[in-house]
Order: sequence, then structure tokens, then C-alpha cells
Amino acid sequence: MAARGGGRPRLCSLLLLLLAALGAEAKNSEDVRCKCICPPYKDHSGRIYNKNVSQKDCDCLHVVEPMPVPGPDVEAYCLRCECKYEERSSVTIKVTIIIYLSILGLLLLYMVYLTLVEPILKRRLFGHSQLIQSDEDIGDHQPFANAHDVLARSRSRANVLNKVEYAQQRWKLQVQEQRKSVFDRHVVLS
Amino acid sequence: MVNAGDMNGSGNLMDFLDEPFPDVGTYEDFHTIDWLREKSRDTDRHRKITSKSKESIWEFIKSLLDAWSGWVVMLLIGLLAGTLAGVIDLAVDWMTDLKEGVCLSAFWYSHEQCCWTSNETTFDDRDKCPQWQKWSELLVNQSEGASAYILNYFLYIMWALCFAFLAVSLVRVFAPYACGSGIPEIKTILSGFIIRGYLGKWTLLIKTVTLVLVVSSGLSLGKEGPLVHVACCCGNFFSSLFSKYSKNEGKRREVLSAAAAAGVSVAFGAPIGGVLFSLEEVSYYFPLKTLWRSFFAALVAAFTLRSINPFGNSRLVLFYVEYHTPWYMAELFPFILLGVFGGLWGTLFIRCNIAWCRRRKTTRLGKYPVLEVIVITAITAVIAYPNPYTRRSTSELISELFNDCGALESSQLCDYINDPNMTRPVDDIPDRPAGPGVYTAMWQLALALVFKIVITIFTFGMKIPSGLFIPSMAVGAMAGRMVGIGVEQLAYHHHDWIIFRNWCRPGADCVTPGLYAMVGAAACLGGVTRMTVSLVVIMFELTGGLEYIVPLMAAAVTSKWVADAFGKEGIYEAHIHLNGYPFLDVKDEFTHRTLATDVMRPRRGEAPLSVLTQDSMTVEDVETLIKETDYNGFPVVVSKDSERLIGFAQRRELILAIKNARQRQDGVVSNSIVYFTEDPPELPPNSPHPLKLRRILNLSPFTVTDHTPMETVVDIFRKLGLRQCLVTRSGRLLGIITKKDVLRHMAQMANQDPESIMFN
Repeated sequence: MAARGGGRPRLCSLLLLLLAALGAEAKNSEDVRCKCICPPYKDHSGRIYNKNVSQKDCDCLHVVEPMPVPGPDVEAYCLRCECKYEERSSVTIKVTIIIYLSILGLLLLYMVYLTLVEPILKRRLFGHSQLIQSDEDIGDHQPFANAHDVLARSRSRANVLNKVEYAQQRWKLQVQEQRKSVFDRHVVLS
Repeated sequence: MVNAGDMNGSGNLMDFLDEPFPDVGTYEDFHTIDWLREKSRDTDRHRKITSKSKESIWEFIKSLLDAWSGWVVMLLIGLLAGTLAGVIDLAVDWMTDLKEGVCLSAFWYSHEQCCWTSNETTFDDRDKCPQWQKWSELLVNQSEGASAYILNYFLYIMWALCFAFLAVSLVRVFAPYACGSGIPEIKTILSGFIIRGYLGKWTLLIKTVTLVLVVSSGLSLGKEGPLVHVACCCGNFFSSLFSKYSKNEGKRREVLSAAAAAGVSVAFGAPIGGVLFSLEEVSYYFPLKTLWRSFFAALVAAFTLRSINPFGNSRLVLFYVEYHTPWYMAELFPFILLGVFGGLWGTLFIRCNIAWCRRRKTTRLGKYPVLEVIVITAITAVIAYPNPYTRRSTSELISELFNDCGALESSQLCDYINDPNMTRPVDDIPDRPAGPGVYTAMWQLALALVFKIVITIFTFGMKIPSGLFIPSMAVGAMAGRMVGIGVEQLAYHHHDWIIFRNWCRPGADCVTPGLYAMVGAAACLGGVTRMTVSLVVIMFELTGGLEYIVPLMAAAVTSKWVADAFGKEGIYEAHIHLNGYPFLDVKDEFTHRTLATDVMRPRRGEAPLSVLTQDSMTVEDVETLIKETDYNGFPVVVSKDSERLIGFAQRRELILAIKNARQRQDGVVSNSIVYFTEDPPELPPNSPHPLKLRRILNLSPFTVTDHTPMETVVDIFRKLGLRQCLVTRSGRLLGIITKKDVLRHMAQMANQDPESIMFN
């Protein structure tokens, strides 16, 4: 399983945040409305009326104010109007979009780090001579190209920090294998 | 068929469970699981728990928790799948509108949400409000005119390209398994295949995030297939928390079947349809216990999605319609015509798409996945923007096509010539002649139809998450609506013709073009996926009425017949064949009169079968045999002279057992004798310590005689989920038939390429 340590807590925190947001939503008074659409009638043009009323009051008589037609015509006018009660949760929308954008932003930053920044750092740290790329990696910008080397090096040491790095390199190897199967050899998911 | 003793088999497995070798019992990547072993391991585990539960209260509570863990997993899957679907729906809603403009008061609102509280919307311009501004208004302060149009066009294309590029980069860097629809691979996984990482956490995260990006970019794809994959990833995640499911691949697949049902349930708002889809299309072994649990998961998911309320009106799907105008028997003729169209389109799509995917797989086109996505997105955006029906998202298009035209609709499609003195209530408008807006809409729809048919062929199968349901429904809905308007106008202008006279009086509301759109959508979806019951149930759960079951069924049945006349495979089976997955379809019928001898290996002229003997081979011989061949397992016989069968040993377990023995047991050297019997054989003195490998031997391999008809053999493989089957004659081992051999034989009999079966 491509289980890097950050995957599971990330998912749990997303779930908790979403559930907390849903639980904490307050009924914003702007979030309910009764919308009545009235078509053109005689010489009055069509209009849309919005009002914040409860569901049982959502009909033409309560919402259409001021009534554009005189008394006897009100019934004929209201018969053509269509009233719908709608509610939404603006807090849910806001929280969801902001969480989504932050996750997308984090992923983009991590992607930029992995593809651009990390090879430069590794090259500076370990020097040009030690980065012998294997034959398959030449020619295409493969992220994680030096995963083999780092994996071999870190197997010798066994403290916590290197365990994390070891897990991360193992994940990178797995992703590289997947990428080879899907993109290069077209063995699966073609 | 000979089953060499249940007692021996279960005794073997008890040894197996008590002292496991490291990693024995797990499977290698891209191999098939042993269903029978998983089932008997689960039975043993259950028996152990039941017998221990009588010992103390704590054990009893543990047994209760074990029984309930299945329901807890279903609950968690439903919650997470519903939440993720809600997040996806809300994010897609916002990002789709981001291509055209932005909400100034709160940037996280989509167009409709932004104008929700505004009082400046008018009857004619229901979408305009000052808080929402198009990009041209924001940047150059102009909202009409040629320069504004060009600026909006340009920015639309830029946003679409940006989203698509981000999506394909994320897929490529983090989770290459997140591309495609997912349903063919899930079908194969549920039939027993292992693809490690396909249902992992990174795949889940990337698939969710990139699904929003690709749907918002305006590409001609849907999110239903990927939602099934997302739900199965959730299922895999939660089943790894409980050892009952994490250690047993067979039980895990039951959970995945239920998760697939939850996925379809949130995609369509159709819990029953989801369960039936899982039963009909996705699952392989679907015991009745799973039926009830799948329904529970689907309900929980639908309920969670409803409480998130992404569309603001307590509906689960954007295109839920709820009208009840009746239909007439004479309308069955155009419905059946729509069914024929759906079948023909399905065949065309499958053939063209498979040809294009094969080209992508074998030629240089496949080396540029990112460039391909960008080019297709650019083409889609450039052609889609001018036509108002393709500019908006496909779900909104389907919603508009499904809706009946009341007096209050302001879209072009409802631009009928109204009688100004009409005083009928809102939902009983009689048939009216078409105004100029309807004629414009018709040819725009025709262009959109042709465009969608062509572009979906190239879009499905790219290296981004892509689903097929929504584009097929869009094609069908467009065709259906056009036919519906045609019939409506025909009925209005020629109401004295004999076919209309009986049921369509002038001044009555006879024809509902929205119903034709629904029937067309069902026909096209059925033609491409070859779904039957699940399709009808999903469509009637979408429409909320039982009145339209007969037209839907007529169209679905017709489209399936027409499509089956040209080729037996649906799109998912066709992709399974393209990839060469070892999937033995339950729907295929094997009707040839071949025997087991025709299929078994070794054939005449081939090298003899590689076997192990029960007590006359050394460790070195076994290792050489393993190194020289690449078979997944070896039969064990009494001796090379009398080839009487003892059992079957798996390659992976032999390797691990020998490695373990060399490291742990002293005295085991290359010259040690390997024996599979209970007691060690008679050895000369001073010979090295022998190695007992009875634990890894399967004492009850399935055998058939050489004269067993292949029909029976295929049935056995299918029903029991075997990986290999041994062939004997008069008790002596003759050969072996593996699942790959069976699939190759079936392909050969059907005149397909037998070399396309790639995996074991």
C-alpha cells in the first residue's frame, strides 16, 4: 500500500473539520427564502419576488408585496405564479470551498517541491558524482528518480527520522512503479 | 471432480494458522487470490471466536464486536462517501462558474449562490445580478460587445487549460492509478485480482481533488465512475482498520461491493439503483448478506449527502425532475426509435473508443499523456464556448433538457408562442407552436450532439479521472429532446392525423419533450454500458415517478438488443479485454464441445509437467526448479514413476519456506531432503537434517479427469474462483489448467487474440 505517514492523518483531519463545520452551522437568516416567479400578466411585466418566510407561508399572497394588480385580479395573477421554498447553508459552502482550496494548494506546493526543489537540494547535498541515474530515468523528468540511492543509503541507519525518510522513499518507489505501469508500459489503465 | 479429503484439508490449515511463516498467506501484486482458502480461513476464524466466546464475558463481548464490525464499516463508508460526494458537488459547482466570472461579495459562491439573495434579478434576466461579474466586466469594465466576448472566450479557455493541466500533473506525480474511470479495474479486483495501491489513500485523495478539476474544466466526462472508485477506496481504508477484513481478501471484497453501491447511490441519488448496479455490473460474488449491508451503506451515503445539501433544494442530483404528465401508447414508437439510436450510438462509441485507446496503448501517442490532455481540453473549450448548450456544465444541460416547459421558463428551448388570453394553471400548458427560439435551439442542439459524440470518444480513457455516464446521458437527452419537440410540433400541426386523433385533442397537453429526453438518456446509457435492471431503477429513482417505467424499459431493452446484435461487450468489458485482465465474465456462455485435454498444459510436444516429489527431492533441486521456471505453483506427486497426486504447493510459499528454513532451522543445507509427508522418510545415517514442508501443501487441489468437458471446467473456475485445476487420468497426474489457459482458450474460440491475456 502506498501509505505514507501523512496520508491517514490528513484524511482524518479533513473528515473531522467537515463534520465540525456541519455541526456548527448556524441558521443564517439569509439562507432561507421563498422565491416566487410571476409571468407577465396583461400589461404587467414578469417579476421575481424573494422573501424570507417560513415554509408554510411560502405562497403568492405572503410573498408578492406590493401586489401589482388590483383586488379582483389577484387570484388570477397568483394562479400563474410559482412559489418555491429554498434553503441553503452558506457556512457549508464556505467551509468546503476553503478546505478544498487549501488541500489543492498544499498538494501543488508539495508537487513543486518534489519535482523542482528536492532534486536541486539533493544535488547540492550529495554532489554530482553520487547521483547516478539508472537507465530508465534518462530522458523523462521523473520525480523521485533518485529514490533507489536514498533508499539504499538510509537502510543502514535506523532512527526515527530516517524511518520517516525510509517510508517516504518507499512510497516514492511505489509511485514510480505505478507510473511505469500506467504511463510507460501501458500495462494497466490504458 | 475429486476432492481429496476435507479432513486433511482443514488439518493442514490449522497448522497453517498456528505457526505462520512471515508473509505467507498474502498475495503478490497482479495475481489472483485463492477464494476457497480465504473462505475457509474466515470460517476458522469465526469458529475460533465462537468457541472462545463461551469462556468469559470479555470474549463474549469481543465476539459481539466482531459480528457488528461489518455494520460499523458500512456506516463509516456511507458517511465518508457521502461527505466526499458533497464536497465534490459543491467544489464543481463553484469551479465551473469560475471559468466565466467571479462573485465579488464572497469569492466562494458560484453564480447561482451569488445571486441568491439579490433583489435585482428580473424575470427576463434571471441570472444577472450586480454581485456576479464576468471576467470581461471585471478586467476591462465592458460586458457586451465583441472585445468582451473575445476576452471572456480567451479566459474560459485559459481556465479550462489550467484546471486540466493541474489535474494531469497531480495524477502523474502523486497517484498514477487515479486515472481513468475505475470501474473496469474494480470489476477485476472484485473478481479476485490484486492491484496493490489501486485503492490506496493517495489514490483516494488525488482522485477526489482531480475529479473536481477535470469536471470543472469543461471536458466531456462525468463523475459517476470515478465516484465508485472513490467509494471503494473509502471501503478499503475502513476495512483495513478491522483485522476481520484486512487479513482476509475475500471478506474485503464483500465490503468493496457494498462500497461500490454507496458510490453509485451518491452519484445519482439512487440507493436502490446503486445496490442493483453493484450487483449487476461490478461485483463478482455477491452473497445475500452483502445485499442488505450494501443497501445500508447506500442509504447512509445518500442521507449524508442530503444533509450536506449541495444543490440547495434537498435533492441529491442536479437533474431530478418530478412531473407526472401521462404518456400515450402511440408514443412507444418514438421511444423505441430512441432505443435503436441508443444501441447504435453505444456500438459506435465502444468500437471507436477501443480503437483509439488501443492506438494510445501501442503507438507514440501514448508517450505524451500531458500534452494529449491539454490538446483535447483546448479543442473542447474552443468548440464548446460559442454554443450555449455546451458552454455550461453537462449536468446543467441535462437538467434543462429533462425539464418540462412551464409558463415560467425563460430558456430558448421553451420559447413557444403563447396564447395571450390563456388562463390555464402553470403545469397544464397545452401544446403550442414553436417560436423562433425553439428553432434556434434545435440546430444548436444538433451541433452540440455531433460535437459531444465525437469528443467523448477521445476523452474517455485519458490519463485523468473520467466517467462515462453523464456524457452518454447528455447525448441521449439531446437526441430525445429533439425527437420530442419534433413529435410535439407534428401533433400540434397535424392533430387530425389518425395516429394523433385518438389521444391528442387540440388544446390538450399531449407530448412532453422532457420525457423523451429522459428516455433517450436511458437508451444511450444502456447502449454503452449494457445495464438492464439497474439502469431502469436509477432512471426512475431520478425521475421520482413510476409512471415512466414502461417507456424507460422499452427504450433500455431495445437499445440492449440492438447493441448486442453488433457486439456482446459493454464498454467496461471491452476495456477489461483491452488491458488483458484475467476476468472470467459470468455473462459469457461457453458453448463449445472441447474437452479438458484440449486445453491442459503440457500439450503434446511440450516439456513435461514440472512436479515435486513427495520425499525424493533435495532443497537444491527445488530451488533450481523454482529458478528455471516461472510457474505459480507445482503439483506434488508420490514419485516420478507413479505420478499419483498428493497435493499442490504455491511458488511464493515454497520460496518463503525455504528461505525461512535456511535462516532459522539448523542443519538444513542444499543437500537436505524436502519431504511433504507426515513422517520423515528413511534416510541413510549422516545425511543432513530433512526439511518438512507439509504445512504449505494444499492437500485438496481441485482435479478433473481428462474427459471432462470444458463447459464444466469453465463453470467450476467461474463458480469457485479457482486459479488452477489439475487434470488426472486413472488417478495419475496428466497436466494442469490455469485460469490464463481457460481465458486464452475462450478467446481463441471466440476468434479473438489469445495472446492479449496478459496476467495470471
